[in-house]
Amino acid sequence: MSNTIISVENLSKQYRLGMVGSGTLREDVVGWWYRVRGKEDPYLKLGDKNTRDTKGSSDYVWALKDVNFEVKQGEVLGIIGKNGAGKSTLLKLLSRVTAPTTGTIKAKGRIASLLEVGTGFHPELTGKENVYLNGAIMGMRKSEITRKMDEIIDFAGVERYIDTPVKRYSSGMYVRLAFAVAAHLEPEILIVDEVLAVGDAEFQKKAIGKIEDVSAGQGRTVLFVSHNMKAVSSMCSRTLLMQDGNVSFNGNTDEAIDRYLGMDSPKADALVYSSSSTDFADSTVRMASCKINVDGLIKTSDSIPVEVKLIFDKAYKEFHLNLHLFTKEELHLLQYSTDTISAEPGDEVVFNITIPENLLNENQYFLNFNFVENRSHCFHSTKSVLRFTVVEDYAQNTIAWYGKTPGLLRSKLNTTIKKQPKSN
Amino acid sequence: MISEQENWSLVIEPREKWWNFRLKEIWSYRELVLIFVRRDIVAVYKQTILGPLWFFLAPIFTVVAYNFVFGSIAKMSTDGIPGPVFYLSGTTLWGYFSTCFTATSNTFTDNAAIFGKVYFPRMIAPISTVISTLFKFGVQLIMFFCLIAYYMLFTDANLEITKWAWLFPLLVVMMGGLALGVGIILSALTTKYRDLKNFIGFGVTLLMYVSPVIYPVSAVPDSYKWFIKFNPISPIIEAFRLGFTGVGTVDAIDLVYSGAFISVILLIGMMLFHRVERTFMDTV
Repeated sequence: MSNTIISVENLSKQYRLGMVGSGTLREDVVGWWYRVRGKEDPYLKLGDKNTRDTKGSSDYVWALKDVNFEVKQGEVLGIIGKNGAGKSTLLKLLSRVTAPTTGTIKAKGRIASLLEVGTGFHPELTGKENVYLNGAIMGMRKSEITRKMDEIIDFAGVERYIDTPVKRYSSGMYVRLAFAVAAHLEPEILIVDEVLAVGDAEFQKKAIGKIEDVSAGQGRTVLFVSHNMKAVSSMCSRTLLMQDGNVSFNGNTDEAIDRYLGMDSPKADALVYSSSSTDFADSTVRMASCKINVDGLIKTSDSIPVEVKLIFDKAYKEFHLNLHLFTKEELHLLQYSTDTISAEPGDEVVFNITIPENLLNENQYFLNFNFVENRSHCFHSTKSVLRFTVVEDYAQNTIAWYGKTPGLLRSKLNTTIKKQPKSN
Repeated sequence: MISEQENWSLVIEPREKWWNFRLKEIWSYRELVLIFVRRDIVAVYKQTILGPLWFFLAPIFTVVAYNFVFGSIAKMSTDGIPGPVFYLSGTTLWGYFSTCFTATSNTFTDNAAIFGKVYFPRMIAPISTVISTLFKFGVQLIMFFCLIAYYMLFTDANLEITKWAWLFPLLVVMMGGLALGVGIILSALTTKYRDLKNFIGFGVTLLMYVSPVIYPVSAVPDSYKWFIKFNPISPIIEAFRLGFTGVGTVDAIDLVYSGAFISVILLIGMMLFHRVERTFMDTV
């Protein structure tokens, strides 16, 4: 027996768009008649790729199409993708909320899902009564719940309110209690969907800690769905990237995140600036190209090499470039002046300017240049020549905070720590 | 694929055999049934002032109205027993049926929020409903017994407890089974064909008029008797009356027929329900 705990084969799910109702009886009869004769349901042949923003020709869409993957015992598998990529559909199929259209899922052991915590909570019942109710819905035994009751109440931190109807709870308390029940389920396979969207920082930390316990300490398997790349990166050993109902990447988490982030932001090296004639009326210096030589994404811990190639049509005794760095909000972050050079007509000059690593926080930026002669006369300014995006380096950032790190800059500061032992 | 030799505890496939009702799985969720039952009973009356008193008020008003309309105005037969006893014997059991039926036929719509997030055998929901409604039925039954005791002790009404009364538990199970069966058939159909919803409301009323709730089978003209007897509810109500008041037109064959009818309805219901429960979230 291998240690594969979930095996998903050719899994597909078709949905019907628009009005359900009119015509369904006819289609049911036709589909049934085809199946009776041992043929394929004609409506299964229809169906567009599930892309939200384009208008399709068919009323049927494939929310998932031929998805295959396996999960090993004890693995924390991340599942990421844009909205509508099929993540939730996949979870619904795994948690048996709805059945697949084709394909099979095989699993060993109980699958419990935190698809949305607090399922079945009844506002009129007390916290304790709801713990029993919710636990039983999730498949727990009554004796099991009784045994863990103290632990659950403690984890949720709502001891004072446990005999109060949950309709009197604050929304935070409600979620804490609900999550606490779910966290004590101890299923063989736990599905976690966007738990980090709720709760304060302290609770986030607790929740993540619990998930890590479950996987590392107890050898259970976790499927973790999130839009929070930091959490995915710190917890998941392997990640599936979903795109339009397919698994477009299955493997190393860092690479999956890079691909996911790269889906929106164009690659930096594709941004090549070439001057147009109107930009340089006097045509004395032309900018042949301006680019950043990075393969892939620019992370906060990467240095950013900017290469500017100029072609001179006129002689300059003293020429230098001013680089201006702006955030996308047009906040002027810095100006930098290069050394001066002298140039003859026809000269091709390449400036390599490196923005150091650990300087910029994750954000979008753009660069402008001034052409300056004689250290004083700026005879040309470019207009937002080069735009680039800096993304979080999830492999480096190890603080247990799953939000964006605030601030414009992300510099490393020199720190010395001196501890004075308490004198008696 | 090597997966052929492995022992998967869970295999999810697009379609399942229609006879695979997963009864074992339902049994393993029996604690959930009890918790649902408790929730239904506690939650409904937690913040009402009169609480379970409502259980009494509804049948009292109903019986007063029936006694006036069908007894005093229409002068319909009550098989020679006092009107209030007759009408209460009918409405108590009928009330159990109609409450169960209406609630179970809404299983999918009422539970969409839970069903959409967590898996448990969907049959748990209608089964719990049928059991939790027993509480209300029980309260009304006590009222019925008090009424009988009053008439037997303080009047010379012609009331008699017969050996048919021993069948009482069976009659309740049959009534619950029928309500469950018809309820889940409709719940399965209404998820897709919403129009049926409109039918349920007046369907229950119509069904009451073809059941011996406000009249005894003995008062039905012979030419229509076959029609009333075709209704599987008739033998149950008549047997109940025969047991606790001593009047009723029923024999063993009628009850066997009724039992067979209910079994078939339940089987069909389970089949349809089972087909729908796996994908109903897509159509709700």
